[in-house]
Amino acid sequence: MPIYEIVFYAFSLVMLGAAVAVITVRNPVYAALFLVLAFFSASAIWMLLEVEFLAIILILVYVGAVMVLFLFVVMMLDINLEPLRAGFARYLPAGILVALLMAAEFLIVIWAKGRFDTGAFPIPEPNPDGYSNTRALGEWLYTQHVLAFEVAGVILLVAIIAAVALTLRHRSGAHRQNPSLQVRVRKDERVRLVKMKPETGQEG
Amino acid sequence: MLTLAHFLTLGALLFVLAVTGIFLNRKNVIILLMCIELMLLSVNMNFVAFSRFLGNLDGQVFVFFILTVAAAEAAIGLAILVVLFRNRQTINVAELDDLKG
Repeated sequence: MPIYEIVFYAFSLVMLGAAVAVITVRNPVYAALFLVLAFFSASAIWMLLEVEFLAIILILVYVGAVMVLFLFVVMMLDINLEPLRAGFARYLPAGILVALLMAAEFLIVIWAKGRFDTGAFPIPEPNPDGYSNTRALGEWLYTQHVLAFEVAGVILLVAIIAAVALTLRHRSGAHRQNPSLQVRVRKDERVRLVKMKPETGQEG
Repeated sequence: MLTLAHFLTLGALLFVLAVTGIFLNRKNVIILLMCIELMLLSVNMNFVAFSRFLGNLDGQVFVFFILTVAAAEAAIGLAILVVLFRNRQTINVAELDDLKG
């Protein structure tokens, strides 16, 4: 099945190229956009592996939420880029050296002796018709890993509270509501009943 | 024919690029956070590939939790970044040396 491999290599090249762009472009806005491209390509490769639910979650959560958050912050902060780029050329040779060394080590571990070859890990069969990755993952998640799932919910709650608490600031002079005072208000504090004679309406 | 080694190689190269990015952009906190996201993506790639080739869903469950924690980490990291910029008017890592003795 050559189309399978063409898709894999095409999206891999796009993803690695986008990753190179993320770490080399000057402007953080472009870096964030290239990161979006890398996530899209990764999602396509996960689709190729028939991991459909996570591929879509990657787009929805990462591209839809996390990267938009990144873009918000990058555009909101007025950053002077020049001092941040200082030393880029100086660290470049060391960075490339470390990259080549690490890549060589990884490739040796992965390809030597055929550890991850088809002998130990045969090519999986395509999933049968009617198989739902989402359903299988959900059944597995809600039976075997339900405690971890609930802990993940608590982690997200803590993250929400932490993010709000960190960035909240009380500006002096701003008009704020006090909901506690508002709900405790009583009738005789706000309403004054007056008795007066009815107007006769004759004069004028 | 795509073996598991192809997918592991892809993940490894992505991880190497992320580490190189941390080397090159060691002053810009935003790019550093993006490099961490790239690293997590490369790890997720390995988990997904192993999950598929072993026919075991646990790898995908793990990716699910990594995505959750990464989202929380990005939210808190960017909140810290905003507070940092508000207090210091800079995000240069080299200038954040208040704890230096």
